[in-house]
Amino acid sequence: MASGILVFLEQRNGAIRKASLEALSEARRQANGKEVTALIVGENVKALSAVANKCKPTKILVVDNAQFANYSTEGYAAALTTAIKTVDPQYVFAANTSMAKDLMPRVAARHDAACVTDVSEIHVAGDRLEVVHPMYSGKTRGIFELKSNVSFITTRPNIFAVQEAENGHHAEIVDLPVTADKIRAKVTAIHASEGQKIELSEASVIVAGGRGIKGPENWNILENLCGTLGAALGASRAVVDAGWIDHQHQVGQTGKVVSPQLYIACGISGAIQHLAGMSSSKVIVAINKDAEAPIFKHATYGIVGDVFEVVPKLTEELKKHSG
Amino acid sequence: MKIAVCIKAVPDTETKINLAGDKSNIDFTGVRFLTSPYDEFAIEEALRLKEKNGGETMVFSMGGAECTDVLRDALARGVDNATHLSDPSFTNLDPLSTAKVLAAAIKDGGYDVILLGQQGVGGDNSQVPAMLAELLDLPQVTVIMKLEITGNTFKAEREIEGAHETVEGTLPVVLSAQKGLNEPRYPGIKGVMAARRKEIAVKNAEALGLAGTIGTDKAPLKLKEMALPPERPQGRVLEGDVDTQVKTLVELLKKEAQVI
Ligand SMILES: Cc1cc2nc3c(=O)[nH]c(=O)nc-3n(C[C@H](O)[C@H](O)[C@H](O)COP(=O)(O)OP(=O)(O)OC[C@H]3O[C@@H](n4cnc5c(N)ncnc54)[C@H](O)[C@@H]3O)c2cc1C
Ligand SMILES: Cc1cc2nc3c(=O)[nH]c(=O)nc-3n(C[C@H](O)[C@H](O)[C@H](O)COP(=O)(O)OP(=O)(O)OC[C@H]3O[C@@H](n4cnc5c(N)ncnc54)[C@H](O)[C@@H]3O)c2cc1C
Repeated sequence: MASGILVFLEQRNGAIRKASLEALSEARRQANGKEVTALIVGENVKALSAVANKCKPTKILVVDNAQFANYSTEGYAAALTTAIKTVDPQYVFAANTSMAKDLMPRVAARHDAACVTDVSEIHVAGDRLEVVHPMYSGKTRGIFELKSNVSFITTRPNIFAVQEAENGHHAEIVDLPVTADKIRAKVTAIHASEGQKIELSEASVIVAGGRGIKGPENWNILENLCGTLGAALGASRAVVDAGWIDHQHQVGQTGKVVSPQLYIACGISGAIQHLAGMSSSKVIVAINKDAEAPIFKHATYGIVGDVFEVVPKLTEELKKHSG
Repeated sequence: MKIAVCIKAVPDTETKINLAGDKSNIDFTGVRFLTSPYDEFAIEEALRLKEKNGGETMVFSMGGAECTDVLRDALARGVDNATHLSDPSFTNLDPLSTAKVLAAAIKDGGYDVILLGQQGVGGDNSQVPAMLAELLDLPQVTVIMKLEITGNTFKAEREIEGAHETVEGTLPVVLSAQKGLNEPRYPGIKGVMAARRKEIAVKNAEALGLAGTIGTDKAPLKLKEMALPPERPQGRVLEGDVDTQVKTLVELLKKEAQVI
């Protein structure tokens, strides 16, 4: 009988994503005494089991060979499929990242199984889990029951807390041999995009700018605020379409969905498609010179004012407090 | 080159969403349906591939009557042929069942390139493309921003966190389009006229060899109910001059909200 939870931990460049540790911590909370197994796939990744161990999985499977140096759908699907065969879990968890969105549905189809992506809540319902998946860009929530022998869930970053043990936990570490016999689409190059040091979907603070900043020459005003807060820079579609900033910064229905602790919207009107991407943020601050702007209906705190005056003053005030 | 495009009819993103009385779905009364935004990039890429390499383009949409308009719109943009996958059992399907229907329609078509959107707006699952690739036993590249096809090889660039990945391989392939892949054209008046006269093929479960196998009751994933998101507590607009507002804000963020 399938039991327990297998968690796919995403690593790139020798680091496990924070969002993956969130998924692992949530698996621990939902396991209800059943086994939680972590899976790490890559090349020279054995040392990462120490990072995974902090979230107290029962077992850590490591697939480590040159075939897995770069992500490939079919290679990683073979690794995950082998892990599923080995562990026979009732659920497979992963963080909802570009890698998991590519991988999990493929492996779910292989198992003719239920799969829900971008899950924002998980509840126990009898001997099963029930999950919430925001739909219509957060305007509704679907509550889903997953009834296959093994079911697949990807967790929205920044919603589930990381829970680490001080020390004293020793997960069993197991080498899992896997050879992928069929990798038809291969990664041949990876180019880092310039700018953005903190990944938008995982940032705990985001400062975002819209048409109210008047032109790309004014990003530095927001970047200073980002620097002070350790925040990532977001943008509305209007300024992305105007070519003021790259699409990777876009928040909203046709951009990224983010759930930071703090979202500061500067000169953004609050169109429904923008709200779709950020309305699940814990605290929303709106700075807009139009008191009637729809963004104020959704803001925890609002300042009616000119971004060119308010943002530099806010940056100064925050510096006083942190200094 | 044979190119298939899968498009979904979705409620206009401006739609105010209300729930149906029994919470089983949203209330579709008066809702206007459009092509899912990412699918427009998929259509455009298909048209460009044909312009460059010659061949034939076919667009598929699964669902009810709402599919007709989006299929006609694709024809108006220049897609050669359209197929409506329509059956009472194809209602309210989960992503895997959707992929099964699409796979049945596509599998024997001899397609070199199969294009989808990276996410269907509304369901917001981002699952169908990878599931379809698995069911067809083909390689996949999802969330692509760039595509080059030379002979029978492809080179695609996909967006990942903070980077772009170049992925290469041999056709046939399943691809999902991200914004930035191209700039979609709009249908011209001539296209719209021509599309009106075109026949849209219709295939049901039986024609697809799927009779009795597809349906919400057959899928292991069940939508139990839909709910509206919790209301955000009424926010407040801060008073005073700018200096006071800024000071108050920092205080509140530290003490009340405790987020900095
Ligand atoms: C299918 C579809 C998908 C879309 N997807 C997205 C998406 O993913 N993300 C997204 O953001 N949008 C999206 N949009 C676009 C969306 O509808 C809006 O057009 C867009 O969000 C507006 O951007 P904005 O708020 O920057 O600009 P505007 O709406 O023009 O707002 C600018 C705001 O700045 C304020 N302002 C001006 N000057 C100042 C100043 N000096 N100080 C303070 N405030 C000032 C104004 O009062 C105004 O409220 C989508 C639209 C469609 C149809
Ligand atoms: C039991 C159940 C009931 C549901 N009921 C509803 C419902 O009533 N209404 C609703 O909106 N959602 C419903 N859903 C959500 C459902 O998951 C999706 O509507 C649907 O399966 C496709 O999801 P998506 O558009 O999010 O797919 P994604 O995987 O995000 O779509 C990616 C791409 O796949 C292609 N694609 C997706 N669907 C089709 C299609 N039908 N025809 C052609 N190409 C397609 C498009 O190219 C699209 O861009 C239900 C889900 C479940 C599990």
